[in-house]
Amino acid sequence: MDKVRQVSVFSENKPGRIEKITKIFSQEGINILAISITSTNGFGIIKLLVDKCDLAYEKLKENGFSVNLSEVLAIEMKDSPGGLYEVTHILSENGVNIENAYVYVAESRAKAYLLVEVKDIDNAKGKLSGTNLSFLNMIKG
Amino acid sequence: MIWNRQAECMPVRELESLQLQRLKETVRLAGENVPYYRKKFAEMKIKPSSIGSLKDITKLPFTTKMDLRGGYPFGMFAVPQSEIVEIHTSSGTTGTPVVVGYTRSDIDLWSEVMARCLTMAGTTENDIIQNCYGYGLFTGGLGVHYGAQKIGATLIPMSAGNTKRQLNIMCDLGTTRITCTPSYALYLADCAQEAGLMKKIRLKSGCFGAEMWTEKMREEIETRFNLMALNVYGLTEIIGPGVANECPHKNGLHVFEDHFYPEVISPETLEPLPDGETGELVLTTLTRAGTPMIRFRTRDITSLHREPCKCGRTLVRMARITGRSDDMIKIRGVLIFPSQIEKALLEIKGIEPHYQIIVTRPQHLDEIEVQVEISKKMFSDEIRHIEDLRKKIETHIDKSINLRVKVTLVEPKSLPRSEGKAMRVIDKREI
Repeated sequence: MDKVRQVSVFSENKPGRIEKITKIFSQEGINILAISITSTNGFGIIKLLVDKCDLAYEKLKENGFSVNLSEVLAIEMKDSPGGLYEVTHILSENGVNIENAYVYVAESRAKAYLLVEVKDIDNAKGKLSGTNLSFLNMIKG
Repeated sequence: MIWNRQAECMPVRELESLQLQRLKETVRLAGENVPYYRKKFAEMKIKPSSIGSLKDITKLPFTTKMDLRGGYPFGMFAVPQSEIVEIHTSSGTTGTPVVVGYTRSDIDLWSEVMARCLTMAGTTENDIIQNCYGYGLFTGGLGVHYGAQKIGATLIPMSAGNTKRQLNIMCDLGTTRITCTPSYALYLADCAQEAGLMKKIRLKSGCFGAEMWTEKMREEIETRFNLMALNVYGLTEIIGPGVANECPHKNGLHVFEDHFYPEVISPETLEPLPDGETGELVLTTLTRAGTPMIRFRTRDITSLHREPCKCGRTLVRMARITGRSDDMIKIRGVLIFPSQIEKALLEIKGIEPHYQIIVTRPQHLDEIEVQVEISKKMFSDEIRHIEDLRKKIETHIDKSINLRVKVTLVEPKSLPRSEGKAMRVIDKREI
């Protein structure tokens, strides 16, 4: 199972923040595969799955953002009814709790990935290693 | 209406001679009995005989809040503790408070000057006064209390807060006079309107103070409650409320000069400024027995005006306070130094001293927002960790300086940096 890492960015909840982040990505030729935004009390965290996560991390930092790289599980699922159920059923059976999740649709109507944040990633990987789950392994640095 | 015609309308020459006599007495009292002034006067070779005219007051040293803190707790007292009947401390804050003591004669003095203030607003024994200034170490509550009792008016010692009950009492008892901060008056108006109680309110006038306010706010308070709104001024170091008050002509606050001697100085050169020029107000007590105060630098910005007033009072008038000569901010009647917020902030692990304080008055009540830049140490992938930290900062500031603030986390380097003194406070209140 390859390491899949997401970029997390702290952002104030105000117009123009995502624009600034995506402008940097656009200039650097970084492709966004999936995005998730959570916000509360005037600030938020934007989480991104991109094709060049190290470059994204560096460039955001250069531009003054509070940014972090962290590993997530990227579990393959069918992009059709029942796809998410199959995956979460296995997670639940193996006692893996989802802290946060979002989706990367790799091939519309065919293949998607559930991006899962868990508390203890090595522990979760261990629990899932014997299952039928497939994981994303194509993210370049 | 005038409470003490003899004192308030005294011919100027007579007033000056009274002031001189009392100033000499104060210098003697302070020099003999107050440890702080005894030392200071000895160093500067000041004796009561150094004061030959009122102009000689400039020979006397200034007293600052820091000096008073240095004397904590009883270093500024001129009498033994047995003669002190009441203690107050300056509003605010952490660190060392300023302790002032009142003898029985000081309480009489306070009652007298507050009676003058309330009488300016038309108060008589036939009135019901609702006193919404806080009771306790803060001087607002008890100052008004003593003045109202001196007049013989019916006083309701409501203290601050509990707006619903304030309004019910105001309607049911038929309150005719009110004392509170101007911002609280407007807040009361909002709540009264919302509850449909405006028609039941019988207020005729109010003395409003303890914070800076504007003519626009006065108009609003007067229109909404259909009352006369007058400006009252005072500070704990001098006595509390009752240093000065507006008469119904509303052209400045009459300073009770027979008890408090006002000067306006340039905060830069510390030289006295001529009448009419704007500078920092400096006050000397002329009759305080417990804690006499020599040339106390109030940091409040105003000007003095001596043209005769239509009310007949000969007392000098000070303009409405328009600002402060230090970086302190007055929030809901409480003085706060930005450094106190900084100190509280830095006590939390992982916080860097990049912050900004924004003061607003959204619904007539002062609010403080503290914007804090998020640091590397604070950042977490999990929004709830950051939110927990944000709340922790709020709680910690609240606990440290007794003031509820709203903490907002902002991006790194998003707050302005400056070469010299950082602009820590942005006051967006319309003052």
